[in-house]
Amino acid sequence: MCGIVGLFLKDKTLEPQLGAMLSEMLVMLTDRGPDSAGIAVYGASTKGKAKVTIQSPSPEADFAGLEADLGKKIDAKVKLLAKSTHAVIDVPADKVEAAREAIAELRPSVRIMGAGEAIEIYKEVGLPVDVVKRFDVTKMTGTHGIGHTRMATESAVTTLGAHPFSTGPDECLVHNGSLSNHNNLRRELIREGMKFETENDTEVAAAYLSSKIAHGQNLGQALESSVNDLDGFFTFVVGTKNGFGVVRDAIACKPAVLAETDRYVAFGSEYRALAKLPGIEDAKVWEPEPSTVYFWEH
Amino acid sequence: MNVTTLAKSPQREVNYAPRVFDLDAAPLRELNLALHQVTDASDEPSWEVINPKGSHAVAAGVAQPIAVEVRGSVGYYCGGMNDKASITVHGSAGPGVGENMMSGQITVKGDASQYAGATGRGGLLVIEGNASSRCGISMKGIDIVVRGNVGHMSAFMAQSGNLVVLGDAGDALGDSIYEARLFVRGSVKSLGADCIKKEMRPEHIAKLKELLDRAGITDVKPEEFTRYGSARTLYNFNIDNADAY
Repeated sequence: MCGIVGLFLKDKTLEPQLGAMLSEMLVMLTDRGPDSAGIAVYGASTKGKAKVTIQSPSPEADFAGLEADLGKKIDAKVKLLAKSTHAVIDVPADKVEAAREAIAELRPSVRIMGAGEAIEIYKEVGLPVDVVKRFDVTKMTGTHGIGHTRMATESAVTTLGAHPFSTGPDECLVHNGSLSNHNNLRRELIREGMKFETENDTEVAAAYLSSKIAHGQNLGQALESSVNDLDGFFTFVVGTKNGFGVVRDAIACKPAVLAETDRYVAFGSEYRALAKLPGIEDAKVWEPEPSTVYFWEH
Repeated sequence: MNVTTLAKSPQREVNYAPRVFDLDAAPLRELNLALHQVTDASDEPSWEVINPKGSHAVAAGVAQPIAVEVRGSVGYYCGGMNDKASITVHGSAGPGVGENMMSGQITVKGDASQYAGATGRGGLLVIEGNASSRCGISMKGIDIVVRGNVGHMSAFMAQSGNLVVLGDAGDALGDSIYEARLFVRGSVKSLGADCIKKEMRPEHIAKLKELLDRAGITDVKPEEFTRYGSARTLYNFNIDNADAY
């Protein structure tokens, strides 16, 4: 199964509640996938600054002294904020690649969850209620966010196998379904120079979109292409720095509900996830059509 | 003058006011248990469910001719296996509304998600909004009336019963259909394998009129519909297709 939620705010006054709203939506869908959960939140961005979200199986050892070590290594001022097994490191925007390489060298067991000007990603094995608590998601402020609760099918139940997947700056994707041509696509993308962390099908979908975007397509065009190139079942929800998109495969057996008001656009695998949103009674609520790209941008 | 004396009937407690169930306060299982425990519909003929908030299996498996008014939107399998009850959803319904319905009526005031009325054997399912993909998949005698449109692969492998669509039908309508009758007033994006357009004979007009009446639809005429059904070419194995296997 898997459960997906997404929230794209139009009303700025809701931004301080983004994390709380998204958490409540995600917890509602716990029974669609109780093995791992994750959330991507797009928060405030500062010009010239970027954020790198990292994860470690032994955070105490890995995060201790990393701020100083990394700052010295890339010769820049960096700031590390640890949250349980994850940490967000503020680095100068032009030092993201250098930071990625330096982190891999300084702390080999640390994994990079994602990077960008606005994105922060938190994901772990466990129930949504525990995952959102562990990372204090309810207190997070942001413009838009995506959450996922997983019932694993295509790869192991691990932190790295949890969603969202991020393979490009400020890009992330969550998936309900399963792809059948991911091995072939992965080989093609590896030939293009993309790197993969897992055997997971969704990571391939995320990398596919990142590759299309890197080749000049916008997110909407990349999603249009995915309908033709990806084989299998999928409902995708994707995030970019300013945008939020939804697409379903032609068969559309994986459920999806969208709701829109003057204040927000919300996605849920089921209406249950949306039932407590403010003003939902008067929202436009509909099921997204198969092979149709829906996309909103700030 | 003929005076009839009524025999005194034993006192029975009849609750004519609807019994209200608040799903914010009580779990769904209590609602369905209470509905299943009705042994005589005249004892508690009227029920109301408030705050469903997308709950699954609301009023599934009801087997008495009671009326259930659901105030809000429901999730998966609302009214599944319904036998005799009249269930009205004052909102939209998730996947599988009225799945395997036996008899009675389910009315959805809003939209219905995929496979509405799937495998239904009898009764009437009315969707006042749109139904999405696979509406009436494998229907086996149920009548389904959709005021809006239906999505792709509706009436896939439909065996018997009637699917009436006042709006448009999506791709592959009636794919691999058996003996169900499909009536569409609007356009059909494409017909599925072995589904063809058929002539509207007087008995079809009469049946359609009856179904529209039962669904409370008075603003359209049966003559505005086109009938579709099985070409019956997939019924038997064709030796010319042997190479395909």
